[in-house]
Amino acid sequence: MNHPIVKKKKLNHLNYLIRVKAPQVAERFQAGQFVIIRMHEKGERIPLTVAEVNKKEETITLVFQVVGKSTLELSSMKAGEALLNVVGPLGNPTKIKKIGRVICVGGGTGIACIYPIIKAMGRAGNEVTSVIGAQTASLLILEDEIKKASHQTFVATDDGSRGYHGFVTDILKRLIHESTAKEIGEVILIGPAPMMKVGAEVTRPYGIKTLASLNTIMVDGTGMCGGCRVFVNGEMSLTCIDGPEFDAHEVNFDEVIRRLDMFKEKEKLALENYKKKEKNHENRWKKGSHEGTAF
Amino acid sequence: MREQPSEKRIQNFDSVPYGYTKEEVIQEARRCIQCEGGPCETHCPVSMNIKKMIREIVRGRFEEAFFTMKKDNPVPGITGRVCPQESQCEGVCPFHQTKNGINIGKLEAFVADWAMERGIKEEFHIKEKPQKIAVIGSGPAGISCAVDLRKWGYKVTLFEALHKAGGVLQYGIPEFRLPKKVVDYEVSYLSEVGVDVRLNTFVGQNITFEELRRDYDAVFIGTGAGAPLFLRIAGEELKGVYSANEFLIRVNLMKSYRFLEYDTPIVCGKRVGVIGAGNVAMDAARCARRLGAEEVHIIYRRTQKESPAREEEIQHALEEGVWLKELVSPKKAEGSSEGWLEELELYRMKLTEADQSGRPRPVKIEDSEFRMELNTLIEALGTTPNRLFLNRASELEVNQRQLIEVDENMKTNIEGIYAGGDAIRGNATVILALGDGRKAAQAIHEYLSEES
Ligand SMILES: Cc1cc2nc3c(=O)[nH]c(=O)nc-3n(C[C@H](O)[C@H](O)[C@H](O)COP(=O)(O)OP(=O)(O)OC[C@H]3O[C@@H](n4cnc5c(N)ncnc54)[C@H](O)[C@@H]3O)c2cc1C
Ligand SMILES: Cc1cc2nc3c(=O)[nH]c(=O)nc-3n(C[C@H](O)[C@H](O)[C@H](O)COP(=O)(O)OP(=O)(O)OC[C@H]3O[C@@H](n4cnc5c(N)ncnc54)[C@H](O)[C@@H]3O)c2cc1C
Ligand code: SF4
Ligand code: SF4
Ligand code: FES
Repeated sequence: MNHPIVKKKKLNHLNYLIRVKAPQVAERFQAGQFVIIRMHEKGERIPLTVAEVNKKEETITLVFQVVGKSTLELSSMKAGEALLNVVGPLGNPTKIKKIGRVICVGGGTGIACIYPIIKAMGRAGNEVTSVIGAQTASLLILEDEIKKASHQTFVATDDGSRGYHGFVTDILKRLIHESTAKEIGEVILIGPAPMMKVGAEVTRPYGIKTLASLNTIMVDGTGMCGGCRVFVNGEMSLTCIDGPEFDAHEVNFDEVIRRLDMFKEKEKLALENYKKKEKNHENRWKKGSHEGTAF
Repeated sequence: MREQPSEKRIQNFDSVPYGYTKEEVIQEARRCIQCEGGPCETHCPVSMNIKKMIREIVRGRFEEAFFTMKKDNPVPGITGRVCPQESQCEGVCPFHQTKNGINIGKLEAFVADWAMERGIKEEFHIKEKPQKIAVIGSGPAGISCAVDLRKWGYKVTLFEALHKAGGVLQYGIPEFRLPKKVVDYEVSYLSEVGVDVRLNTFVGQNITFEELRRDYDAVFIGTGAGAPLFLRIAGEELKGVYSANEFLIRVNLMKSYRFLEYDTPIVCGKRVGVIGAGNVAMDAARCARRLGAEEVHIIYRRTQKESPAREEEIQHALEEGVWLKELVSPKKAEGSSEGWLEELELYRMKLTEADQSGRPRPVKIEDSEFRMELNTLIEALGTTPNRLFLNRASELEVNQRQLIEVDENMKTNIEGIYAGGDAIRGNATVILALGDGRKAAQAIHEYLSEES
């Protein structure tokens, strides 16, 4: 079945939003889950977190950052075109219940991934404090949406171009200091693995329950390849079927971070090759149109 | 059978055997002496009428030969290529002793290909029945069950988690052993007869087992045993360490051997170790050779004699320059500061008295540790059923090995729910999975006929 893109929006020079028809996912999605998409017959299986669903319109919203060949190609797709496959919802939903005060920390594209969790936590009667951050102001996404869904929102940028000058984890530290740690029922971290690693170290001394949503490299997403294995409390777990959320204090982040670049050389090759092909294509097209204007 | 020479074939993923010509196939078939009682037939798990197939081939009546096979075996193009013939049909052929048994599998593959090229198919008229049946998994077990039930007129919906149907035939067994053209052809038959194939649907996750039980009159579970086992030694987190499943899924399903044309990457080093010595290990080792590995070692704790792989596979692997390291077992893997695999430490082993499997039991030799330099390690230790599905269908009875319990009619402990293939057997064979699917279809047919 094809999955038409009904809407596409460029959020900034790195992040894009697409809304895709996917009735099966829209019907069953719960906060914290993801899908795996494939653009075409020769495409990779790409895991992406669902940022929002619209049950009535049977659509799901995905927000992604361009990091390599596949995401660059995805960013070039237009509304009206269709994804070849969407499988999901995959992974376990976030455990949503009334805890009291919850801090949700989103970094970079992770802000989009944590957005449905913020909303669900709020709906369950929690007091939600959101901490979001990006490298620089122009890369900060969904700020208004997050503010609307949270009781309190803090913003940080690495270069200080918006909000606090520093990292989201600095704000997290401050929030813990300002409150008695007991007040904070849970911390959820979604973002680049190094950010989640630091976040886990911030909460560890206080024994605050902390979850991290891992973005290991995946193929099938059904527990069949073992490529997404992570070590949690020394035990091997599969991110796709046991996660994607794990107790951040038990995850071996160094291993997670190291494994993420296993295919780096090949990915670079694919990206260069794709850019070259696109350029040739563009040049041909330009040349063609030029010739076409001969009179 | 003529084959691609080994030095040439490690440069490509094309089929190793060239296949018979018409003359060759007739010549091979003529050697058959039509033994009384047909020992070959009784040793074929689906009791194919081999003698009749051979007689038809001798007369050049390939179409008749094809229909003879099809009566008992829905996918001869596949079984002809992957059955462990030496321990089944061909193993009991009187010529087998002289290492010159009739090449039954190759005859089968020839006839199936001949029919495929000409688009010759069985025709049958479906008399629609009202009952609906769900089949979970599109491996050989699911395919055969779905096709049979559909022929009898049931409305069959087949659910598959991946984006392509075929199970291990699609994602596990490499192109050079089983061309995907053959698999795709057999799979396309499903839709042709009107089975509703729902790809990208992971039962237990995207749709629940309860829903299937509620919405369908019967369910067949052919989910296989696709989850990888790991050694659980130190160093398995290192980059360069794969399960054979991941390695083969990347290569076969995602076609990473054609990387850049296809998007999914694979990293295969120059020095590769493959742990285990079954079909899966041989397939992984042979893929690694084709991906440019200079040295590939099969690391096995027993000896070649005890290897569960097909004879042909071992021979092909050895011809392709794969090394067989016998009587060794991994202790731990070590890597660089960037986390890449560099070395494997191993024990030497010796064989002692036979264990439950009837094979001599390997035991460690103390202080025998030695090291191998490796940059890729592929673990082919066997697989186990996917725990996600079983956890979410917890009312199903399973044994200690997490295999679903069934009775002699493939029925599980739940009324109307049947299972077969690797999901009940562990790592078995294509033909046994097929046989299970057919048997279950028969049982479901009887169950639903009684009911109405
Ligand atoms: C559960 C989960 C949810 C995710 N959600 C989002 C999201 O909502 N938005 C978003 O922008 N990204 C998300 N990602 C990451 C996203 O899947 C990768 O960025 C994408 O696959 C990169 O593809 P590429 O070809 O563009 O880049 P590549 O050049 O192939 O890779 C760039 C980097 O992306 C990572 N990556 C590559 N392939 C995969 C893969 N198959 N699976 C996972 N990571 C990979 C690697 O770290 C790699 O070094 C998620 C990943 C997981 C596992
Ligand atoms: C690399 C390799 C080489 C082999 N070589 C040989 C050989 O040469 N000869 C031989 O006879 N046998 C061989 N085998 C074994 C043989 O392939 C299997 O015994 C056979 O495929 C089992 O068939 P099956 O239908 O039970 O399951 P599978 O072929 O495993 O198919 C199961 C299917 O179910 C799907 N599935 C699982 N769970 C779900 C779910 N919850 N929802 C939806 N779909 C689901 C899976 O994605 C898969 O497609 C080999 C196996 C491997 C891995
Ligand atoms: S199905 Fe397998 S065992 Fe039976 S005749 Fe064919 S190759 Fe031999
Ligand atoms: S056992 Fe061999 S010779 Fe005898 S009938 Fe079968 S194929 Fe022919
Ligand atoms: S992605 Fe393959 S096991 Fe998780």
